[in-house]
Amino acid sequence: MTEPHRSALGSLMVIAIVIGAAAAAFAYTAGWFSPQRLTPTALVDSLAPAAGPSLGHRRNHAKGVCFTGEFDANGAGSELSTAQVFARGQYPVLGRFNLATADANAPDATVRVRGLGLRITTPDGQEWRSAMIDPPVFAVSTVQGFYELQMALKSADASAMKNFIAAHPEFLAFVDWAKNAPWTDSYAEDRFNSLDSFVFVDGAGAEHAVRWSLLPAAQPVSISPDDLAKRGPDYLEQEIARRVAGAPQRWTLAVTIANPGDPTADPSKAWPADRRTVEVGTLVVQQIVAERDGPCRDINFDPTVLPSGMRTSDDPFPAARSAAYMKSYDLRTSEAGDYPRTATGTNP
Amino acid sequence: MIGVRKRFTPLQRLLHWLIAVCILAMLFIGVGMVTTVTPKFLPLIAIHKSLGVAILALAVIRLAVRLRYGAPALPADLPMPMKLAAQLSHYALYALMIGMPLLGWAMLSAAAYPVVVFGSMHLPALLPQSDGLHSLLWDAHFYLAFAFFGLVLLHVAAALFHALVRRDGVFETMASLSASTRDADTD
Repeated sequence: MTEPHRSALGSLMVIAIVIGAAAAAFAYTAGWFSPQRLTPTALVDSLAPAAGPSLGHRRNHAKGVCFTGEFDANGAGSELSTAQVFARGQYPVLGRFNLATADANAPDATVRVRGLGLRITTPDGQEWRSAMIDPPVFAVSTVQGFYELQMALKSADASAMKNFIAAHPEFLAFVDWAKNAPWTDSYAEDRFNSLDSFVFVDGAGAEHAVRWSLLPAAQPVSISPDDLAKRGPDYLEQEIARRVAGAPQRWTLAVTIANPGDPTADPSKAWPADRRTVEVGTLVVQQIVAERDGPCRDINFDPTVLPSGMRTSDDPFPAARSAAYMKSYDLRTSEAGDYPRTATGTNP
Repeated sequence: MIGVRKRFTPLQRLLHWLIAVCILAMLFIGVGMVTTVTPKFLPLIAIHKSLGVAILALAVIRLAVRLRYGAPALPADLPMPMKLAAQLSHYALYALMIGMPLLGWAMLSAAAYPVVVFGSMHLPALLPQSDGLHSLLWDAHFYLAFAFFGLVLLHVAAALFHALVRRDGVFETMASLSASTRDADTD
């Protein structure tokens, strides 16, 4: 050993500085010094109504009903993506019709936006999960904007919404749809859109920026929210159960391919209507299953669960949705005791 | 030829430093990814899963190597409480190196998420979907990560204490770059 060239006290200080710096770097990474950081928890909490979240339920799209069925691929999608789900054939589907509300007991006529969660499983062991909604454009163009919208909706300040719209003028296209588009009297008559852009990779390795939609086979029948309210608070799930019991319900899955320069990173901007669209197959909803002990209850329809042959694009929303959906899943599974279950052991 | 080794074997040192880098990256990625909603979230979580599987594999190899080759003896004059702390903390480090990836993998399984690592490698589910198990595993994975980081800090502090204050050769058993395992090159 050499001569001591530093006092023990000095050495201990060096150790304290090293450990302190490491701990501070860790705390910084964890966001403890940046309370303004938009975290999954903040995003999920922003969705909660004043009375608090529906414990044990999804933090958004809390009301819904499960279904099972199949995706009948016609093979046309194989030109766009190598995913097995596009090879001609039938693949099992688990899904959920839902309402975009944080209140699991919201009356149907009080919720403007409807959604459809989907999980298609293929024999190669891969899954395609998607969560679509019925507006033609998303409400905002950025994740921060979505958070600010939730804050403005909850704000007691009368000018909060006006200020929000001034900062996020893209919101007006969504408002126009919400005010003027007709309501339908059935989930079976709704068109559901990915809105977010994804990238399909074909067999030659070429990439295609795409969005997709489910186009209903059933003819839409308009209904006013007042008339829908008269049919009862849970009319939509009762109606779809009756309708599917009578006959399977179908939607065509249509994939739209972006032209160069189309706004792939902004789901609040529709692409021009003349973009090439490929019909890749049919979603067949064969059975409605009660949500409470249904197979969709414990599934997170995380839109970033994609088979090989698909990936996320420069659209920032799927990543944020994945982070928020996971947080929502972590919360609701930890609150399972608060969920009104009727039985156990019916998981897929 | 069995003799008294003054250092860990070169393979043990390689594994130690490789895993050390991986674990530090893992812990920082972990706390970073769960607090962001930016597009970084997806690559971070993908790296987190792949790195977890890599650490699991490396740690199992390391444990086998450790059981085969052992460790250099601690200095005879090391006080008993420090010896005990050294032993217990190393048991805990091995348990966490192997346990944390398994907890994470099981947690994802219990949530019915597909577990995909290294781009396209699908791992089988360790458990069926279960809300109760998912919650339990999520809590364990989350809180043990902070315990793991605390233990890593303690480990670094102890290593530096040996290197700078006691100067007893313990630090050099792992830190030396020399291929030799015999001569204690304490300076």
